[in-house]
Amino acid sequence: MADLEIRNLHAAIGDKEILSGISLDINQGEVVALMGPNGSGKSTLAFVLAGHPKYTVTKGSITFQGKNLLQMKPHERSRAGLFLSFQYPSEVSGVTVSNFIRTALNARLPAPIKIVEFAKRLKEKMQLLNVDSKLVNRYLNEGFSGGEKKKTEMLQLSLLEPKLAILDETDSGTDVDALRVIGEGVTKIAQSTNMGILIITHYNRILHYIQPHQVHVLVAGKIVKSGGAELAHEIEKHGFDAMKAKEVR
Amino acid sequence: MDANAKPVTKSDVSALVALDRDVFDHADTEKHTYKSVPGLTEELVREISKQKNEPQWMLDLRLKGLHHFLRTPLPDWGPSLKKLNFDEIIYFARPDAKQDSTNWEEVPKEIKTTFDRLGIPKAEQQWLAGVGAQYDSDVVYHKIRDDLAAKGVIFEDMDVALQKYPELVKQHFMTNCIPVTDHKFIMLHAAVWSGGTFIYVPKNVKVDLPLQAYFRMNAKKGGQFEHTLIIVDEGAQLHYIEGCSAPQYNANSLHAGCVEIYVKKGARMRYSSVENWSKNTYNLNTKRGIVEENGLLEWVSAQTGSGVTMLYPCSVLKGQYAKADHISIAVAGKNQDQDTGAKVYHLAPHTSSIIRAKSISKDGGISTFRGHVKVIKGAKDAKVSVKCDALMVDAISVSNTFPYMKIMESEVDVAHEATVGKIDAEQLFYLMSRGLTEEQATQMVVAGFIEPIVKELPLEYAVELNRLIELEMESH
Ligand SMILES: Nc1ncnc2c1ncn2[C@@H]1O[C@H](COP(=O)(O)OP(=O)(O)O)[C@@H](O)[C@H]1O
Ligand SMILES: [Mg+2]
Repeated sequence: MADLEIRNLHAAIGDKEILSGISLDINQGEVVALMGPNGSGKSTLAFVLAGHPKYTVTKGSITFQGKNLLQMKPHERSRAGLFLSFQYPSEVSGVTVSNFIRTALNARLPAPIKIVEFAKRLKEKMQLLNVDSKLVNRYLNEGFSGGEKKKTEMLQLSLLEPKLAILDETDSGTDVDALRVIGEGVTKIAQSTNMGILIITHYNRILHYIQPHQVHVLVAGKIVKSGGAELAHEIEKHGFDAMKAKEVR
Repeated sequence: MDANAKPVTKSDVSALVALDRDVFDHADTEKHTYKSVPGLTEELVREISKQKNEPQWMLDLRLKGLHHFLRTPLPDWGPSLKKLNFDEIIYFARPDAKQDSTNWEEVPKEIKTTFDRLGIPKAEQQWLAGVGAQYDSDVVYHKIRDDLAAKGVIFEDMDVALQKYPELVKQHFMTNCIPVTDHKFIMLHAAVWSGGTFIYVPKNVKVDLPLQAYFRMNAKKGGQFEHTLIIVDEGAQLHYIEGCSAPQYNANSLHAGCVEIYVKKGARMRYSSVENWSKNTYNLNTKRGIVEENGLLEWVSAQTGSGVTMLYPCSVLKGQYAKADHISIAVAGKNQDQDTGAKVYHLAPHTSSIIRAKSISKDGGISTFRGHVKVIKGAKDAKVSVKCDALMVDAISVSNTFPYMKIMESEVDVAHEATVGKIDAEQLFYLMSRGLTEEQATQMVVAGFIEPIVKELPLEYAVELNRLIELEMESH
C-alpha cells in the first residue's frame, strides 16, 4: 500500500465536476510530477488533498498512510504530515513569517519549542534556501514578490518537515536563481527526511532541478498519460496540445 | 507613544489580566460591614456622605447630582439600556476590611485571595511604583514607593484625599473637567461616588514606574462608582494603569466611574486601562483630560468584558502645542454591545491629536466606534488624524463607525480613514493547512489585526493583551 493512495477521485465545486476519476500513488522518498494545462484541475487536486472546504468529493477515496484522509480536517492532515505549498499563498497582515512558522510548528509538537532552538533551526533553513534575513520579520506574504512568496512556502516546508509535500506551481513567479535554490533545497530536504513530493506544474522548469520518478499528465480532470521523466521532456518539446489531440483520437 | 514611562520591565497588565476567565468570574463570599438596600434615595446619598464624614460642599455636590439624575432621561442614542433597572442596584457596599491598609497582610483573607489570584501584590514588588486596590465601594489597600512620597507625589484613596487635601480636591473635583451635570451617568456618579484614586505629581517630578489601581466589584447587583482625579503638574510625568473586573452573577451590575485628568504645561501623562467587567455589567464610564500648553495626554484602552459599554475618553487640548493620543481596542462577543470611541477638542493653535481604534466583533457581538473631533475657529495649524479599523469574525456580528468632525478653522490638517473587514476564508484555510485549528487560525488573524496597536505598547503589556483577547476568542 502506497503512503498516499488516490482512487477514482471525483471532486466538484458546487455542481461543476472538476476532477473526474483520478487514481494516483505516492510513496515517501518518491517524486511524482503532475503536469497539465491551465484549468485542467491540478490546483483542485492539491486543495482536495489539503481539505479545502470549497470542494466536495463526490466519489472515490484518498488514504494517507492507511488513514482515510477525507475524514480529516485540514489541520489534522497537516499534523499527519501533509504539506501544500500554495500556488497563491494568502497574505496575513500583522503576523510575521517567523511567528507564523513557530506557531505552526508548536501546533504539532507536544511541548512548545524553545525560542532559542527555533531561532537556530530557522536560521539554518534560511541559509539553505538563501532567504533574506529581513523577510522573516515581515508580515506573512504582505507585499511579497512572487519569488519571495514561494521561498516563504519552502521555508515553512523545511521547518515543518512533512512526510509528503505538494508543490503547486512553485516554479511560476520565481526567477532562475531562486528556482535553482528552491530546487536544490527541496532535494536536500527530501533526501534527509525521506519526504515524498508531488510536483504540480504546467511547464517543467522545476523538473530541471528536481528529478521526478513518475510523471502524470492531467487534462480536463483526468490523467491522460503517465510515464517516466522522459514524458516531461516530451511535453517540453511538443506541449499539451499534442497530447490532447492524441487523447481525442 | 514615547510618553513619560519607558517600557516597563514587567507586565503592565499581568496584574490586570489573569490567564483564566474563571479568575475574574469567580465570586467571593460576600462580607460587608455596610450594604445599602437596592435603589437610590436622597437618604442613601446623605448616608454615604455621613459615613465618609464629608465636608458640606461634597454633600451639596452629591445632592445636586442626584437632583439632576432623577430629572434627566436616558440618552436617546447608543446601546439599549432598557434592561438596566436602577432600583435593583446596590449603590454602596463597604467590605469588611480596614480602609486603606498599607500592609498587605492586614487585608482580609477572602479579598486578599482575589487580588492574589489577579497578581496584584506581586506585580507591585516587581515593577510598579505604587498600587491601590478597591473592593466594591472602599479602597482596601494603598501604597506608594517611599522615595516618590518623599518627592511630594500623592497617591491616595479618593476618600482619604478629600480629608487630607480638601483645597486641592475642591478645586479640581467635578469642576472644570467633568462638571456634575455633564450627562446622566455623571450625575449618578456624583451622587454616589465612592473610592477611586487621587494622584498629584509635583512640578518636574518624573515618576519612573507606573502607578496602578485595581477595581474589583464583588457585591451581587452591585454598583461601582470610583472617582479618579489625577493632576500632573508642570513638567511632570506619570503613567497610571487601571484594571477592572467583576464576577459573573445572573443579575446586572453597574459601573459608572469617572476619571478626570489635568495635564499641566509641558507635562506628560499616559493613562492605560484594561476593563474586563463581567458580561452582565453595564459599563457606563466617563474619562476626560484637560491638556495645557505643550502637554501630552495618552489614552491606551482595551475593552473586553461588559455586556454594554459606553466609553469615549475625551481630551480637551486647551494650550498651544498640546497633544493627545487615543489608542483603543474593543472586543465584542456574544450578547455584547461595545460602544466606544474618542473625543478631542482642539481649542488652541498647533494642537494635535491622533486617534487609532481597532474593534473586533464576533458571535453576533456589536462594536461601535464614535470618533468625535472638534477644532474651533482660531485653532490654527491643528493636526487631526483618525484611523479606525473594524474586523468582523463572522457574518452575524455587527460593526458600526460614526465619525463626527466639526472643523471650524480652515488652516488645519485633517486625515480620516475607516476600514471594515471580514476574516477571509482563504486566509483561514491557508493557516489551517499549516496545522492550526480553525480557532487558532482565527486567533492568529485577529492578533495580526491588532498588531499595529499592540506593537506600540510596552512588551509585556502587549503579550498580556494578546492573551486576554485570545481568551475572549476562545470563550463560547
Ligand atoms: N470557484 C469556482 N467555481 C467554478 N469553477 C471553478 C472555481 N474555481 C476553479 N474553477 C474551475 O476549475 C477548473 C480547474 O481549476 P484549477 O484546479 O485551478 O486548474 P489548474 O490548477 O490546473 O490551472 C478550471 O476550469 C476553473 O475554471
Ligand atoms: Mg493551479
